[in-house]
Amino acid sequence: MAMAQDVIAREPARPIVRIENVLRNGACVVLLAILAVLIVMPLYALLSQSLEDADKHFIGLGNFVRYADNPGLVQSVYNSLFVSIAVTAITVPLAFGYAYALTRSCIPAKAIFKGIALLPILAPSLLPAISLTYMFGNQGFMRGLLGGHSIHGPIGIIMAQVFHCFPFGVLIIGTALGISDGRLYEVAQTFSTPKWRVFWTITLPAVRYGLISACFVIFTTAIVDFGIAKVIGGSYNVLAIEIYKQIIGQQNFQMGAVIGVLLLLPALLTFFIERYVNKRQMSQLTARAVLYQPKPHRLFDATMLAFVVVVALCILGVNAVAVFASFFKLWPYDLSFSLDSYDFAAFDPGGWSSYWNSIIMASGAALFGTVLTFGGAYLVEKSPIPASLRGLLHILAMIPIAVPGIVLGLGYVFFFNDPANPLGFLYYTMTILVMCSIAHYYTIPHLTALTALKQVDKEFEAVSQSLGVPFWVTLRRVTIPISVPVILDVATYIFVNAMTTVAAVIFIYSPQNKLASIAVIAMEDTGDTGAACAMAMMILYTSVAVKVVQIGLSKLLFPKLQLWRHPDAS
Amino acid sequence: MITIRGLRKSYGDVLALDSLDLDIASGEVVALLGPSGCGKSTTLQLVAGFVEPTAGEIKIGDRMMSRPGMVVPPERRGMSLIFQSYAIWPHKTVAENVAFGLQVRHMPKAEIVERVRRHLNTVQLEHLADRYPSELSGGQQQRIALARALAVDPEILLLDEPLSNLDANLREEMRFEIRRLHDTTGVTMIYVTHDQTEAMVCADRIAVMNKGRIEQVGTAFDIYEKPRTKFVAGFIGRCNALPGKLTAPGVVEVVGATLRATDESGAAGGSAISLCIRPHRVALGAAPEGPANRLRGRVERVAYLGEASDYLIEMADGIRIRAFASPATPYRPGEEIDVYLPVKDCRVVAE
Repeated sequence: MAMAQDVIAREPARPIVRIENVLRNGACVVLLAILAVLIVMPLYALLSQSLEDADKHFIGLGNFVRYADNPGLVQSVYNSLFVSIAVTAITVPLAFGYAYALTRSCIPAKAIFKGIALLPILAPSLLPAISLTYMFGNQGFMRGLLGGHSIHGPIGIIMAQVFHCFPFGVLIIGTALGISDGRLYEVAQTFSTPKWRVFWTITLPAVRYGLISACFVIFTTAIVDFGIAKVIGGSYNVLAIEIYKQIIGQQNFQMGAVIGVLLLLPALLTFFIERYVNKRQMSQLTARAVLYQPKPHRLFDATMLAFVVVVALCILGVNAVAVFASFFKLWPYDLSFSLDSYDFAAFDPGGWSSYWNSIIMASGAALFGTVLTFGGAYLVEKSPIPASLRGLLHILAMIPIAVPGIVLGLGYVFFFNDPANPLGFLYYTMTILVMCSIAHYYTIPHLTALTALKQVDKEFEAVSQSLGVPFWVTLRRVTIPISVPVILDVATYIFVNAMTTVAAVIFIYSPQNKLASIAVIAMEDTGDTGAACAMAMMILYTSVAVKVVQIGLSKLLFPKLQLWRHPDAS
Repeated sequence: MITIRGLRKSYGDVLALDSLDLDIASGEVVALLGPSGCGKSTTLQLVAGFVEPTAGEIKIGDRMMSRPGMVVPPERRGMSLIFQSYAIWPHKTVAENVAFGLQVRHMPKAEIVERVRRHLNTVQLEHLADRYPSELSGGQQQRIALARALAVDPEILLLDEPLSNLDANLREEMRFEIRRLHDTTGVTMIYVTHDQTEAMVCADRIAVMNKGRIEQVGTAFDIYEKPRTKFVAGFIGRCNALPGKLTAPGVVEVVGATLRATDESGAAGGSAISLCIRPHRVALGAAPEGPANRLRGRVERVAYLGEASDYLIEMADGIRIRAFASPATPYRPGEEIDVYLPVKDCRVVAE
């Protein structure tokens, strides 16, 4: 009691400037400045470029008019739409069937099948493209199956995209199917409703938002993808390739910017539809809902198992081809074991250094990206910063999810390659690669950290403050230790994505810091498919290893930290 | 001594707290009681220093703590907080939780050990010092929070719905525990709750709040026996509020009859009032006080509750009254009976 009174007696009664608030507001302003450089300025540079002529005079929509007059460019819009619609039409039903089997049937080994479905996320999007080239290309051992059509073109792009987009579909639709209310099915059963009717009147309406969301996400992923079209597209022109040609081939920056703006549209649309759909979907599940528990049904389960096995084998097969291709001299014709494909220096001037560059780049992105995203989420969620700063921080963090990698990369070219920019010295450095990767993948880690921090009661901060604990001590000794699992999760996410990205870095790498994913394209370009496979597999191995380490650390080392999530566990 | 004068807080157009005056003596336990949204938690946030008032002031002794433009930060107010969610750190042991506030004060190690031991002893958790919170029950977790709050020797302890997360049995036990802690430490407490029994067990005085204002402050006895407003009468225990008119001091016209009642409302003769009487003070059938304050009614519904029978009786003008009578009373639905409202239990409350 005496101590408390002493403290009070010494306190003067006047407005108090608190060092804590100064620090927090300062941190917030610094972060806003960083995000402005990472995200806002490059996008602004892109937009203004699209509205200017080559001499930087404002010409309004003139570039867009010129674009519409060019039949070749317009054709690429149609091609992109065709490919993306086809990919959506094929992937969504497949993913629905797969997710349905995982959630609504009693097939065995669900965890393994789910893992297989998600495997493509860990691989660069190029991997299926290269495997397919290997199988169906000019020397491919399965090219007969295409009946004379070339894999280099829409067929190849669509096939590879389906592999690439499949996991997103399974995740989104699986979530929607997973939160359905089991009571509705029990009621239907008491009325002896026929199975097909239950499906049409309960199951489909319940997952409609998930289906809509999956369609848009897959469509957007397909239309903005660069790597697959580059590897397997041949002379088939799609928008992302057109950007590349305009910038690298013709140095026509204005036209590149115009296509970049066009590619922003589907992504923006998807972003808003996602937000709308998420709100609706979550409101379906009330606190009293009972989760649906599938009951065994022999014929149905067998059919579902057969379907899942076929799909899983296709995914494993495509990955296995890349593995074999990398380990044999010329699989399947020359089956002598050889590590020649891993002697990258023989195929590409970068050699192994590309791989190590990728490791450095991804580690840097994971380190700084985690600090930025977690710090930003902390400021948004746990700090009494002014509401205007909080809102601005959150909006800036949400922008990147609506920006395709190739568009962001192009913005970086325009912004950092501008002679007037004092930050221009960063151009062609490892730093800019790290910056672009962080910016490109900022949103999901931000949201992940935000969700995790929301689950930590606000009262922790209040109690600490009343005990006289400064916020940085609470952050260091309470909030961060509790959040270790989510911090690992965020770091892994950024690392894996930075390892696999092509689109975000294709315009801003330099020969000195070439990346593994770029090397894959280069070696594929020169016909060294085996080596390209080997490099793509190195990326996959690394991502899988990092993911395994993350899961291991979270599960083994921090069980105590996880306990707080389940206060009733004891 | 905490002095709160004209305290007001608005968020944009929303008025969370509308002019609050309250004095709290040292060593006193005052409960802020009211339904959700009545401003009781806002008051606590203001007292704790997390929120700046829109108008008014909070003083402790002679020292200004809060007024518009000047808020002494929470850590310099000598207060500790207890929350509904406990907010104990899951990755620290029981002892580490209690010690944390002392460590950041750079207290000598030996003293920390001694204080942790003493306070864990006070909340009867000494034997669990090395366990993690998730291994303990909700009641035990709240005891950790209490020990942690008391360990820093606060002058004032603020409790925000501390028992609302506990199940009914534990809640009952913890009410007495919190009162016992107060009696051993003598700490001043402000206790926010929506549970009237909690307030009645723990507090010396209760401030009943509604719509951002204090409706009445007083001991549990005063609040229950002498409610000054219809809201207080209805919020603390069940109460029949019969609409009527004050014809003369202590004389009211209700349900077409003239009744006598206790009148401390200060309402003017002829004004509309409510006659409040608690269901278990309503007598049915035989008249202990003769014909005064007698009404006729018809039993509409009856339920046997073991300790009492719960009657709903319809009287003239369709006005209904609840009565808790002895479970042995034999009246059936549809039966016409006498309803007695004892004068000492009838209170006039201004509309």
